[in-house]
Amino acid sequence: MPLLSLVIWLPILGGVAVLFLADRDRATVLKLSLSIALATFVLSLPLYFGFDTATHAMQLVERVPWIPAFGIDYHLGIDGISLPLILLTTFTTVLVILAGFEVIERRLAQYMAAFLILEGLMNGVFAALDAILFYVFWEAMLVPMFLIIGIWGGEQRVYATIKFFLYTFLGSVFMLVALLYLYYKGGSFSILAMHGLPLDLAAQKLIFIAFLLAFAVKVPMWPVHTWLPDAHVEAPTGGSVILAAIMLKMGGYGFLRFSLPIVPDGSQALDGLMIALSLIAIVYIGFVALVQEDMKKLIAYSSISHMGFVTLGFFVVFRLIGNGATAGSAAMGIEGGMVQMISHGFVSGALFLCVGVLYDRIHSRQIQDYGGVVNTMPVFAALMMVFCMANAGLPGTSGFVGEFLVILTSVKASFWFAVCAGTTLVLGAAYTLWMYKRVIFGEVANERVAKLQDLNRRELVILGSLAAAVLLFGVWPAPMLEVMHATVEHLVEHVSHSKVAMAVTGL
Amino acid sequence: MSDLILSLPELVVLGMGCAVLLACVSRRGAGLVYRLSQGTLFAALLLTIALGPGNPGLAFHGLFVSDLLATVLKSAILVVSMGAFVYSRDYLAARPFLSDEYFVLGLFAVLGMMVMVSANNFLTIYLGLELMSLSLYAMVAMHRDSAAASEAAMKYFVLGALASGMMLYGISILYGVTGSLDLHTVAASLYQHADRSLLLVFGLVFVIAGIAFKLGVVPFHMWIPDVYEGAPTPVTLFLGTAPKLSGFAIAFRLLVEGMEGMVADWQQMLAVLAVLSMALGNIVAIAQWNIKRMLAYSTIAHMGFLLLGLLAGTKTGYAGSMFYVIAYALMSMGAFGMILLLTRAGFESDRIEDFKGLSERSPWFAFVMLMLMFSLAGVPPFVGFWGKWFVIKEALAAGFVWLAVLAVAFSIIGAYYYLRIIKLMYFDTPEETAPLSCGREMRFVMSLNGLAVLGLGVSPGVLMALCLSAVGAGR
Repeated sequence: MPLLSLVIWLPILGGVAVLFLADRDRATVLKLSLSIALATFVLSLPLYFGFDTATHAMQLVERVPWIPAFGIDYHLGIDGISLPLILLTTFTTVLVILAGFEVIERRLAQYMAAFLILEGLMNGVFAALDAILFYVFWEAMLVPMFLIIGIWGGEQRVYATIKFFLYTFLGSVFMLVALLYLYYKGGSFSILAMHGLPLDLAAQKLIFIAFLLAFAVKVPMWPVHTWLPDAHVEAPTGGSVILAAIMLKMGGYGFLRFSLPIVPDGSQALDGLMIALSLIAIVYIGFVALVQEDMKKLIAYSSISHMGFVTLGFFVVFRLIGNGATAGSAAMGIEGGMVQMISHGFVSGALFLCVGVLYDRIHSRQIQDYGGVVNTMPVFAALMMVFCMANAGLPGTSGFVGEFLVILTSVKASFWFAVCAGTTLVLGAAYTLWMYKRVIFGEVANERVAKLQDLNRRELVILGSLAAAVLLFGVWPAPMLEVMHATVEHLVEHVSHSKVAMAVTGL
Repeated sequence: MSDLILSLPELVVLGMGCAVLLACVSRRGAGLVYRLSQGTLFAALLLTIALGPGNPGLAFHGLFVSDLLATVLKSAILVVSMGAFVYSRDYLAARPFLSDEYFVLGLFAVLGMMVMVSANNFLTIYLGLELMSLSLYAMVAMHRDSAAASEAAMKYFVLGALASGMMLYGISILYGVTGSLDLHTVAASLYQHADRSLLLVFGLVFVIAGIAFKLGVVPFHMWIPDVYEGAPTPVTLFLGTAPKLSGFAIAFRLLVEGMEGMVADWQQMLAVLAVLSMALGNIVAIAQWNIKRMLAYSTIAHMGFLLLGLLAGTKTGYAGSMFYVIAYALMSMGAFGMILLLTRAGFESDRIEDFKGLSERSPWFAFVMLMLMFSLAGVPPFVGFWGKWFVIKEALAAGFVWLAVLAVAFSIIGAYYYLRIIKLMYFDTPEETAPLSCGREMRFVMSLNGLAVLGLGVSPGVLMALCLSAVGAGR
């Protein structure tokens, strides 16, 4: 059974079907969209259980010609890097659909359809092994997200969504030029073929920069992060969750799938820049998060800071390779970054959902409008505590594992990298827990807070399942690490061989 | 006899054009002229498809050629014109000025375009070009009581005549040097003039100026915004679609088939034209509040992109341009059709704000427009993306890396004004809530138009293969 095609096309076609139901009653639309999302999630489970963790080769490969004139194939496959991200996508979409149930009043069918189509496209990004197929999914994804922020967003939604679109579009088109250039060098659009393509250093640096423009905007890295606070704040809750939990991960995924293996020497040559940008994101953006008054904005900045860990983990590897460390210890940096991506997917998604829960009741995101919520919503307060602790990187939550692995790797590279990165443990705890304290604890701030109702069953299911995931991977990250281990080892092995030498000798 | 068979589609359009003119003069029964015109175009389309690929060959002593390129482009011209007629019908029926003449003049313009596409001789090109242009001048002037339309027609005529003259002058110089008007003879003798005399380059400049005027690329673009804005919308629709296809055809016939020996010369000229067009078109379009004017500047930008493929100077590059122009004709037809859909009797909808809240008034049409706009902006999975992809790829392959980078940079600037339309349709609340009303025929064609933009975007392979073999790059 073509499982990968199913997890891509079932939600897309299902989303189109939901669109045609627009005139029916709400209940039908809700039931249909939830069952499509659930069916996709169930279909994605066999990907995990049938996955062979011993090999780094692509699995479940599907390949049929798409545009034969230029050798473009419909080429899908997964390895240890893409599998966890696909599972994260299908899991998160179920929660997002569920979270939209009572909240969305206008154009419900279009809302649900947009998220389902988006899910299919995101799965396509992670599964595509042909560069053009990847690019088509990557760009097409902007269309539903543009509409989600623009139609269901807040006050400044138009500004935010156009900024989001243009920023991302700007980055991506240069990636397209790089991909076309690689096609002319190697004569193939297959990503795996590009991995083996010999290139000289000058070309590698330029290609690296073109990729960097695309992926740095998506991650987002300082200084091209400014679209994110706007988009996050203005997007509806579901949109923020998808943005934070999955779209940001595409930048990280892009580094691992394109930048590192295709231009290893370019990455090596510019690793100082990347490490510096990552550390600036971690420290500077951490301080910026500290002064935010708007909960969504605070979480948005915290996302940027946490994603800095991901890129730090990916690029500190080159310092280790340069120092002659073993492949195993270098791989730990990338694995740490990957774990951080997955964990951040759960944690930031959950925090945005928490803000959504409060916003649905009081219609404010300002911290000062809250206080003493624990008195009226004890269950909610307890769950939010878990997510805040995970965001601060408390041991026992998934947030700790990734940060720990990355810091451990950076110590080996340079003591000062580790010191800078380590400040996040202080800063992260400071901004997260301070927000938690101001919102949840203390006296009941006003009568609107006094009238709050605790979580209903639907919200409890959503937040409860996320809390379970956060704690599970916090105490037992092995299933995640196991899946990616072979792939990451192979990646490190691959990047430690210079392509310049190959280009010179003509091999 | 075989001459007549090869040119049968043109003969049908010519004969029926005269018959429709008579029907038009007799003023019998509303809709008769429309139905006859559509029937003519359809018959010509069937004949083109049936005759074309089977019998490539020359006719009339080498004046006329029927090859795959001609078949594909003629079919596209006929399809686009049929669509334009469908979209225009309601608008014209609701207006007091001469509606039947629109179809008659349209038929003769189509005939001119078909002749241009099939031309194998400088004179045939000129003949087709003038037949098309004269019909179009008259169409622009059709609304004679409107000052804007008259001004537009005057501007178009004067500048158009000037451009035709320049082209003719260029042709005469080329004739003087090579001694022939036949494209292939000229091509062969150009290869012998390896020294590329200054006179030849001089002639080439004039020919390129003529082509650039017809396509509307900077700095020969002045007429486009005024004519697009001033002409009645159905005329703008017609003007903005099919003539672009024939413009590409003469560019290909003249530059590639006739003057490929001078590729190094025209490559540089086209590169300058392309950069200027993409820059000016995309930047100035942002400042427009009249949608017809905005689409006019967008046309200028798109024609700049079109040149990227031609100037690559490779067969795949020409195929890229051909793909681009077909995709562009399809998208621009839909976009202008949508403006016609918004207009009603006594209300010209040419402000961008008229699109406000369309998605609440008519969700399906708003979605079609959304696809068209994303396609024009070059976002996958719509056909416009593949057009840009194709020409940028070819420019890159020909070594024009800086052009490719500039092209993508301008396409980002261009995305903004297309997004603005989507913003108005989807994010703003409508000023009036009545859904758009239109005939069944128009609804059907508009839906088909939108789905074609999506369908060709999801599987562009067939059209690409067709374009590749049409320019002789079949693999």
